[in-house]
Amino acid sequence: MADARSQIRRRIGVKLWLSAGWLGLLTLAALLAPWIAPQDPLAQDLFLGRLPPAWVTGAEPGFHLGTDSLGRDVLSRILYGARIALLVAMVAGTITCLFGATLGLLAGFLRGWVDVVISRAIDIWMAFPPVLFSILLIAVMGPGLVSIIAAIVVIDWTRFARVVRAEAMSQGAMDYVASAQVSGRGRMSTMLTEILPNVLPTIVVLLTLEMGIAVIVEAILSFVNLSISTDDPTWGGMIGEGRSSIHQAWWVLVFPLVTLFLTVLAFSQLGEGLKDRFDPVLR
Amino acid sequence: MSYLVIKGLSARLKGIGVPILRDVSLSVNAGEVHGLVGESGAGKSMIGKAVLGILPTSIEITKGVIELDGIDLLSLPPNERRRRIGASAALIPQDPLTALNPSRRIGPQITDRLVDILHWPRARAEARALDLLAEVQIPDPARVMRSYPHELSGGMRQRILIASAFAAEPKLIVADEPTTALDVTVQKQILKLIADMQARHGTALLFVTHDLGVVSKVCGSLSVLYGGMVVERTPIREFFRSPAHSYSRALLAATPKYTDPDASLTPVPEAVISAVQAEVAAFDRVLQGAHHG
Repeated sequence: MADARSQIRRRIGVKLWLSAGWLGLLTLAALLAPWIAPQDPLAQDLFLGRLPPAWVTGAEPGFHLGTDSLGRDVLSRILYGARIALLVAMVAGTITCLFGATLGLLAGFLRGWVDVVISRAIDIWMAFPPVLFSILLIAVMGPGLVSIIAAIVVIDWTRFARVVRAEAMSQGAMDYVASAQVSGRGRMSTMLTEILPNVLPTIVVLLTLEMGIAVIVEAILSFVNLSISTDDPTWGGMIGEGRSSIHQAWWVLVFPLVTLFLTVLAFSQLGEGLKDRFDPVLR
Repeated sequence: MSYLVIKGLSARLKGIGVPILRDVSLSVNAGEVHGLVGESGAGKSMIGKAVLGILPTSIEITKGVIELDGIDLLSLPPNERRRRIGASAALIPQDPLTALNPSRRIGPQITDRLVDILHWPRARAEARALDLLAEVQIPDPARVMRSYPHELSGGMRQRILIASAFAAEPKLIVADEPTTALDVTVQKQILKLIADMQARHGTALLFVTHDLGVVSKVCGSLSVLYGGMVVERTPIREFFRSPAHSYSRALLAATPKYTDPDASLTPVPEAVISAVQAEVAAFDRVLQGAHHG
């Protein structure tokens, strides 16, 4: 038992540290981008167009991951792109989480008409196709960071609300909630002291997943040129541009794609790891 | 002097209106143990929940009076009722595995209520919790206070819940099948513990169970329920000597005998069940007549 437990703990450890390590590295890169980026991410030089990465013949020193068709340095653009990706992940993820989880908690614990109203809202909301919905929203609000974040919150709050509601409902049926009520605790106080701690692990997992999803949504929107202004480097925008020159310069597409993939994977694995960390039985 | 008085309590499922409790009346004196027995679905737990104000939201009380120390709880505004119940009553729940919050340590789960709701100083609440844990024979109470529920056995957790129920010196405790979820070997100890604690603290106890053997050990009087109706209410000695209602007699006859473990079980006869069901139906007719008339 103890042996199995320590084995589980070790596996959690590796997963948690690898994903946290990648995200930490990325955060650092985003914060320090102006100092560590080898080139200006916006500087164009048509003479330096489609330079291959450093280890391929024909590479130029100083352009480690090559350049795109306009001669902009891929590595520098990835580093700068991390700023927007992470900013969107953190801000949109957190707001979505707070909004959706609060509604889910209220619906699942208070039940009654509160639940009816919130559940119907979720049902109706989920009937909208999410990508079209977000494109429409940005078309109305105009492109920009705020619009992207708003779009993610508006689309994804149901994800939190649904799961947290179900979880709060099952916790609410437990005897310890009845005991708390008998002892004279108010509804809100019971919700915060008894229900919330038991729903928190789920919320954390959802939050990290949501951050990954936010990165993807941002990438999708910038892929279709609906993200922030096209000047600012974003991973999605780079992937979109790289697509047209995939046969001549694969690196323009592949490097941002790999970064995006690793980042989303890291977010989801971080959630898994944290959930196990939170579990009082494994702790 | 009766501490808990229930008069004509009726409750039903909201919406479809299925009756859950039918004109239930009973009273429990201060320091007395009153048993509520009946089959599953007889409404025995619902009476306990109604008293403590934790009926499921799908069930509504349609009429009746629940008096705690002479004050009708149902006529109080919700906040005032909750405060009053919290200060004078407590629950020993059925399943010790779900009755402690899995993500919080034991100590705060006992003391929070004393500190937050009854406004005790934290040090006093902690001292009280340690005393009580020792009183329910938990070894090393200080360590247990720091433990999480999953680190303790079912029997230990039930002891903690008993200690917790007695923490604020309530005048009334509702024990909702407190031994049902436990191993048979532990049941007896827990039962004895509850009886000892009750006697020592002089608490009135509403003991919900389907086990007549348990009733005979701890209760002073009992109510037999069928279909949400009290079919018989009697002191315990009368009941075991000469149960008045045919259903009570059948229930008593159906109890397995420890002295004769090989004997086949006696079911409650069909005739008795249809008789008591007819009684319930007749009651409903009277009630409906009263509504229409």
